[in-house]
Amino acid sequence: MQITKTIEEARRQVEICNACRYCESFCSVFPAINRERHFSDGDITQLANLCHNCRGCYYACQYTEPHEFKVNIPKAMAEVRQESWQDYAVPAMAAKTFHKSGVLMALAVIAALAFILLLFQNAAPAAGEAQAAGFYGVLPHNAMIAVFIPAFFLPIISIAISLRRYWKSIGGERLRLAHFTNALGSVAKLKDLSGGQGEGCNFEDEDRFSNARRWSHQAIMYGFLLCFASTSVATIMHYFFNMPAPYPLFSLPKLLGITGGVILSLGTLSMASLKLRADKNLGDARVWGGEMGFVLLLFVVSTTGLALYMLGSTGAMPALLAIHLASVLAFFLLTPFSKMIHGFYRLASLLRDAQIKAKL
Amino acid sequence: MAVQSDADIVIIGGGNAALCAAITAAEAGAKVLILEGAPKAYRGGNSRHTRNFRCMHQKPMSVLVDRYDADEYYEDLLKVTGGKTDPELAKLAINASEECQPWMEANGVRFQPSLSGTLSLARTNAFFAGGGKALVNAYYRTAQALGVEVLYEAKVTHLSLEQNRVTAVEFSYQGESHILHPKAVIAASGGFQADTDWLAEAWGPAAKNFLIRGTPYNRGVVLKDLLDQGIQSVGDPTQCHAVAIDGRAPKFDGGIVTRLDCVPFSVVVNKNAERFYDEGEDVWPKRYAIWGRLVAAQPDQIGYVIIDAKSLNLFMPSVFPPIKADSIAELAEKMGIPAEKLESTINEFNAACTDGDFHPTELDGLATQGLTPPKTNWARPITEAPFYGYSLRTGVTFTYLGLKVDKTAQVQGPQGAVENLWAAGEIMAGSILGQGYLAGFGMTIGTVFGRIAGKEAAQYANH
Repeated sequence: MQITKTIEEARRQVEICNACRYCESFCSVFPAINRERHFSDGDITQLANLCHNCRGCYYACQYTEPHEFKVNIPKAMAEVRQESWQDYAVPAMAAKTFHKSGVLMALAVIAALAFILLLFQNAAPAAGEAQAAGFYGVLPHNAMIAVFIPAFFLPIISIAISLRRYWKSIGGERLRLAHFTNALGSVAKLKDLSGGQGEGCNFEDEDRFSNARRWSHQAIMYGFLLCFASTSVATIMHYFFNMPAPYPLFSLPKLLGITGGVILSLGTLSMASLKLRADKNLGDARVWGGEMGFVLLLFVVSTTGLALYMLGSTGAMPALLAIHLASVLAFFLLTPFSKMIHGFYRLASLLRDAQIKAKL
Repeated sequence: MAVQSDADIVIIGGGNAALCAAITAAEAGAKVLILEGAPKAYRGGNSRHTRNFRCMHQKPMSVLVDRYDADEYYEDLLKVTGGKTDPELAKLAINASEECQPWMEANGVRFQPSLSGTLSLARTNAFFAGGGKALVNAYYRTAQALGVEVLYEAKVTHLSLEQNRVTAVEFSYQGESHILHPKAVIAASGGFQADTDWLAEAWGPAAKNFLIRGTPYNRGVVLKDLLDQGIQSVGDPTQCHAVAIDGRAPKFDGGIVTRLDCVPFSVVVNKNAERFYDEGEDVWPKRYAIWGRLVAAQPDQIGYVIIDAKSLNLFMPSVFPPIKADSIAELAEKMGIPAEKLESTINEFNAACTDGDFHPTELDGLATQGLTPPKTNWARPITEAPFYGYSLRTGVTFTYLGLKVDKTAQVQGPQGAVENLWAAGEIMAGSILGQGYLAGFGMTIGTVFGRIAGKEAAQYANH
């Protein structure tokens, strides 16, 4: 990556932190700083992706503006992190566009919707028949697969290339199982949003510690994983056990999907409301719109999925199905170019941190 | 707009001692108003720069390991103060420190194990997670939840003292003067170290070159106002606690990051490139305080630390990168001191170094021979390029002059105790810390006497 002003500024601030060390107990970033005396661009990018923007260090800092040192680690880290996601993305242009704009993200959903409706039209049997035959009556399974297989795998290829570049830039080495145990443990508990003592972030109400963001994030992550598991299980049932949808309520895909959908909807709503209250200046204000757009996109994905379950046998089904498939399609395609990417980079940085710690 | 307040107790100041007093008084049912002179962003006085609290404990407690009993604590205090302490108040603070720690936790302060680079304090000092500003934030939250009112940028100008009672508190706020008549007053407004004119009374014009490590708002206005009205004082009015810090630090509020721990591994010269003191006299934590004075006594109150490549990673990094050069002469030029003289000073020093084992973390006895002044430990020749330099200036931490209080934190006037005036924190710490400093003890004094003052004032106001 080219040396940017953002990295220079973050390095200036990190060197102040390294001389102070008061925040050592908050998260993984500060112990990682305190292990070094000099910070390469890769080191700074690694620190930036370790940072979970909990903001505890900002409110505790004696050097924030109006102090002439102007320390604002959450913001400095957010900007470096953001640029790393954009610079390493394939194609980078898509990342630069969608990260910044929630409006463009919404337009992407609308475009996906138009595309899905076009598919419906081409596949369309008579209206009454469609309902009787369930989802596959509206859009045959094979057509769905033909759209979603590339929509799923192309982004994965893009992400894999980005992560490889990123891993190289932060000096990543060969991974071992212990690194995964360590890093996934942090992810599972979202340890870096604990404030160091389990009371959470300083996010939505200045310096008050609160686990609201940690819980919302966990709801989103676990909700999403449950939904993903539901789809995966259904795919396996379809292909390997010759058990095509629709599934009854007491089936694995439904139980996973409904639980996940409810958790994901609540989590995204809560996150959006927290985000409205938080100080924009303690993050990367340039991408606020794109981040909000992403949270709302996830909300649309989960609520339309739930609505589809509840209203699947009514006349609203084809319209709901179109919106749901369109939002899922947009979500998949935008994964390398939206806030969704943060999870992959975070995990990479937690793995790298585990590698470094293992050597101490 | 006149400030409307029916507060029973007015607390002057908004740092640790003030907040401990406010929380204690509000818990006892009193209506409390805090008048903090600083704007909200700079609230908390010097407490915002602190990082720990020295705490007596009989067995492992919270983040504190092992034990640290009252006798050992008191001996440590005697060592640094050379006996300049009030034994009754000192023992009171020490004994009460143990119960303060859980009280602090209950009121929102979070602790962390001792920071990297401070392992020597793991047994004696409980570190605040995030440092003193996090502590201050937590206390403001707690106090405000208890109904304590806070006015920022409210500068108290005068307390009317009539027949051993404070009858009025005058202050300026939002461009206007205001006056309040509370039942009780607690003075917790710190020392006077930010008033360099006042420092200059004792130090002469040299004081103008001092840097102030903490808040610019501790100007001693209330302290002076009370002393002018005959309140009894404690502590040497001419003295301040000063350390040697990076000469490039800001005039105020540079705080912890401006410290320089490299003196023991260096050669220190003045602006004439002459050495003036034994850089290796003792381990740095025991010597950093005298270097403030040593530098203050040099021409232009400035010193220059010179190390070579082999010592660069032996000390905690500081906020400003060192000046770097490939030769001693180049370094001298970059630092603006005579190059030839510096070369000869370094050559003379190098020639006086002897062979022996070097141990950076303990007194290693690796001393110079036949050099004046000598360097008695860690004396390794400065030979390995690149060479690094830092400038050193005097950084004032706090002043010793304060109000005399009794063991109930009540302020002592010309005719005995002032009926409704208490004091806590740096404004009265001179009775206990007459000289020197013990890490984390300022916060102990502030917490213990803040709580006492809050309790006493509430009792008086509720009476």
